[in-house]
Parts: sequence; C-alpha cells; structure tokens
Amino acid sequence: MSWPDDVVERAEVMVAKYPESRSAVMPLLYLAMREDKGLTLDGMRQVADYTGLTPVQVESVASFYSMYKRDSVGDYIVSVCTSISCHLLGGDEVLEAVAEETGVPPGETGSDGRLSVEGVECIGACGGAPAVQVNYELVEGVTPDSARRLCRWLADDQPVVISSDQMQADFGGIRSFEWGPAEPGGATGPVPAFGPLGTEGQRS
Amino acid sequence: MTDRILTVRMEAHPADSNTLDRYEATGGYATLRKALVEMSPEQIRDEVKAANLRGRGGAGFPAGVKWGFLAPAEPRYLVINADESEPGTFKDRQLLERDPHQLIEGIVLSSYALGVNHAFIYIRGEYARPARRVQRAVEEAYDAGYLGENILDSGLALDVMVHLGAGAYICGEETALLNSLEGRRGEPRLKPPFPAVEGLYAKPTIVNNVETISNIPWIIANGGSAYDAIGPEGSRGTRIFSLSGHVARPGNYEVVMGMTWREMIYQIGGGIRDGNELKCWIPGGASAPWFTPAVLDEPVTLDDAGRLGSMLGSGGIVVMDETTDVVAAALSIVKFFAHESCGQCTPCREGATWLERILQRIVTGHGREADIGLLLDVCDNISPGLRWPPAQTTICPLGPSLVSPITSIMTHFRSEVEAMIRHAEPAGV
Repeated sequence: MSWPDDVVERAEVMVAKYPESRSAVMPLLYLAMREDKGLTLDGMRQVADYTGLTPVQVESVASFYSMYKRDSVGDYIVSVCTSISCHLLGGDEVLEAVAEETGVPPGETGSDGRLSVEGVECIGACGGAPAVQVNYELVEGVTPDSARRLCRWLADDQPVVISSDQMQADFGGIRSFEWGPAEPGGATGPVPAFGPLGTEGQRS
Repeated sequence: MTDRILTVRMEAHPADSNTLDRYEATGGYATLRKALVEMSPEQIRDEVKAANLRGRGGAGFPAGVKWGFLAPAEPRYLVINADESEPGTFKDRQLLERDPHQLIEGIVLSSYALGVNHAFIYIRGEYARPARRVQRAVEEAYDAGYLGENILDSGLALDVMVHLGAGAYICGEETALLNSLEGRRGEPRLKPPFPAVEGLYAKPTIVNNVETISNIPWIIANGGSAYDAIGPEGSRGTRIFSLSGHVARPGNYEVVMGMTWREMIYQIGGGIRDGNELKCWIPGGASAPWFTPAVLDEPVTLDDAGRLGSMLGSGGIVVMDETTDVVAAALSIVKFFAHESCGQCTPCREGATWLERILQRIVTGHGREADIGLLLDVCDNISPGLRWPPAQTTICPLGPSLVSPITSIMTHFRSEVEAMIRHAEPAGV
C-alpha cells in the first residue's frame, strides 16, 4: 500500500531538505508510524524507497530508537517516567496505578487497541516529578490518584487532540518551570506533535 | 555585576518571551545586526575564546577552543545538541520553550563565525512541545530575514533545520548524535577523528549544547572579557542548574557559580522537603558520582567538583533525603544506563545488564554475600581502577557513567548495602 498524497508530499519535502537523503529516515519513520499506528514492514519499505536505503537498513535504524514502535500501539501511549528524580518522588507508584487503572501492564497495549502503557526513562521533567506523557505531551507533578483520573478521562472522553496545557490543568501539579503561553495545538496520535510532520492537531 | 544572562527575558515576560516580537522588543537580533556589519568572523571567534565559556552539555570543554579545531574543508556544519536526556537535567527544555530566538541568534552568530551555511537543532523526540516552539521561532526568523539566503542583506546564507530524535539517551553523545542525524543507529564513533575534522557527512562539524550557544548573543554584545569577569576562574559566566529530588523548591536556577553546596541546596533550593535531613546528592546528572554533607561547604565550580571526585556535568542536581533507599536509587540509575547502552562495547552492554540484575536481587531481598565484590569487579571491568576521572574500556563515557552510582553507594553507604544483604532471604535467585 502506498501513502496518501499529503504524506508523500511531506516525505518528499523532508528528503529534499537534508543535504543527504538518508538523513530523512528518522522523520519518515514517524510518518510511517502515523499512517499505520506503529511501524509495519510495508511502512519501512516505503521509507526505504524514499531514502535510498534497503528495508533492512531502515529496520536497523528503527530498532535502535525506543519511540519507533514495531508492534502496533494504541491511540494513546501513556509513558510514565521512573528515572531517578521521578523514582525518588513516586514514579514507580504512578506507573503501578496507571497499569492497574487501565488493566494494561507496562510495555503492552490493551486488547481494544486504544491504549499502551510504558515505563520510560528520563523525559526531562525532573523538577516536576513524577511526570507522565500521553502521546509525548507532558503533564508534571502527577500523583497515583491524578494519574488514575487521567486514564479514566482518556477512556471516557477519548480526546482527539492531546494537549499538555489541558492535562496539566486537570491532572498536574508542580512544574519544572513556568511554561509560558498556552498552546492551541497538541498530539493527534502516538507520535510527537510537530508541524513539519503534520502530526500537530488543533484543539477544538 | 551581571548575575543572569539567559533567563532575564523569560522572567520579565512570561506570557510571550518565546515570540519574535518580544525578542526584538527586548533588544534581540540587534547584536546580530551589528556584528554582521562591524565584526569579522575571526573577531567573533576571538570574543568567544576570550569569554572562557565552557560547554554546558556535560563535558565542560571550552567552546572557543572547540571552535578552534574546526578544519578548513567545506561545507561545514553546526549542530545544536538539544538531546537533553541526562536524568536530573531539564534546563535546555526551558531555554528551547521559553527563549528560542536567543538560541537562534546564537546559531546565526556562531555560523557566521565558523563559516557555516547549514545548521541543525537536534531535539529529543520526547520534547515535542519545545520542538514546536523552536520550529515556530525558526519560521519567524526566516520570515523576518534572520535566516535564509541573504541574512539582513549581509550576503550570509544560513539554513536551520529542526531534527527530532526518537528516544535514545546515547544520541546526546556528539558522535552518536551525528550518526543519528545521518539516518543511522545512534552509536558513538571512535575518536579521532573528532567531529571538528570529520563530523556530519564526514565534514567539519561543531556540536554545541543549547545553553552554550544561547550565551553567544550576550557574549558578542558585551564582549568576551565581560563574560570572563563573571564567576570564579574556570567556571566563568552564569549557569543554569536543574534542582530536583527531595529539595523543597525544585526548578531551574540561573546563577553565578562559586557559591557553596550548602547555599545551593538550602538557600536556592529551599532546603530539604518536610524538614528532613539531607543524605546525599548527585551534583551533575546521573553520570556523576554522589556527594554527601561532608562537602556542603565546598564551592560549586567545575574544577572543585572534579577535585572532589565528581563533576558538574549537565548541571542536574538530584537531592536525596534521609528517607532514601540509596540502593534502590542506584538501581534506578543503573537501570537507566542498562536501557540506554547502545550495545557496541561488551563491558558496557554486558556489564550494565549484570549490574542491574545484581542490584535488583539485593533490593528485592535476595542479595548474596559475594554480591558486593561482584558488583565492584564488574565495575572495574568497565572502568579499570574505579578512579576519577574514570578510565574507560568503551568507545564513549556511558560505560563509566553506570559505575558512578555503584561506587557512590559503596563508598558512602556500604553498611546499608551490607545490611540489606544480611537480611536477605537465603534462597536468592
């Protein structure tokens, strides 16, 4: 299966922007993940075609980085930090609460395919520990209780756009620093919300 | 006396310090405008060298000296390391989110100084929000003529691209970062050749940290000697420390170095939460050996931290109070490095896994008497002699980094490890 026109266009722009086309493999892997809700062999073949690599070279790159998910992932990835600062302030308990509330053990995706749970290493939110990301949108200063509420909100409301500002207001606590102005955008799936990838959605 | 450089704008204008309008209204890009007309690239390089600005990514290498190694071949590249991933560190995130134009002006000035026409900002994939802010700022800068074909009619051409990582701590190591940017697995390269000679696409490349380059506009505006007049020798300028853990007021604090650790933790950090006692702290990110209250009255400088057997590293200070299970804390750090080891070098790949498993069984009450010796033996295979600065049997310093938490607990809290093992279940795994 080939990519829709808008994705093809983005891929071509990416490849042209780098001095060498191989450099586009990382952004293209994100595009492939977004199309297929995870990396598929077919997706990696497409990336290979655009970057002049072989499919196995693409897979060798993809397998190195933890954000490229070679198994299918949910609409939401809930990532709970358990590195040192979060560990000291209860990150492990937050991860337990998330796993219990969702019924999804760390590293797995629920049977309905909606939600994946993972314990992750440092996400640079140590001053707001413990911290969680949903689709790489951050919420700082969570507790096991607020993390449970966050999970229930994902299940009940099924938000289309995940926004840091909204989650921080509803489920967050102490922050690493003052965040500055609120953002209208957020994540539309389990890849980073970033303009050039076309993955940023606007809150309604 | 200047006591803040990098965080002035964001403190004064929290609502819009990230926008071009605010940046220009507070004097932004005026330095670039002036420098492109009045200064030669060599003069800019001289000012940065005179500033004695030491890199803020972790290694603390003087930026001006690094620039001096850049080989003459063309094209040359500038790569900004925004892969901030060292546990305990979140300063670059704030600079990216809250003052991206300060970084961009630094990039343009640096590129002019280095003869670079193509710069990259490599931002870790988990920093989606900071990456969006930087991307918007880059677009604003193009539209306003601060980036692109003929910057401010000076003839200077510079393209800047934001490149997202995808979850790999090791890409903060500069040669791993370059491999990643080339579309490869993020495995560190053997050095030499250093990036300044053969970097991105085997061309001369300078890799600098976000905070390092964010200082460049101030240095060019005020002169290298003005920067060199701030702070103690060897630790010039201001520096942003990230305070986290059991401290009462966690956060990023831009300070002039040279205060004592007591002031850092008790005044700046507000002391220990809940009125608890301080047990120990990590002075410079998870890779750094830990300090105990015995050194509270020592000064916070790069050289003093080194003399005391550790480092300021990435500026991430993680404070642990009396309630901390230090063995579990060490396990958390070792688990991090085991997860992030790229797997190229046997001592690190195998050693990390074993250290994690041994610590895990101690923490879960299945430790064995021989485990202490075993831990230290595995560590010695990764970093022979267990000394500071560490020797390494690996391509990059990740290996020795995972030794730090273990030697720290063995040096300072050995009796706690022994007690844990003594009370272990006999039928250990």
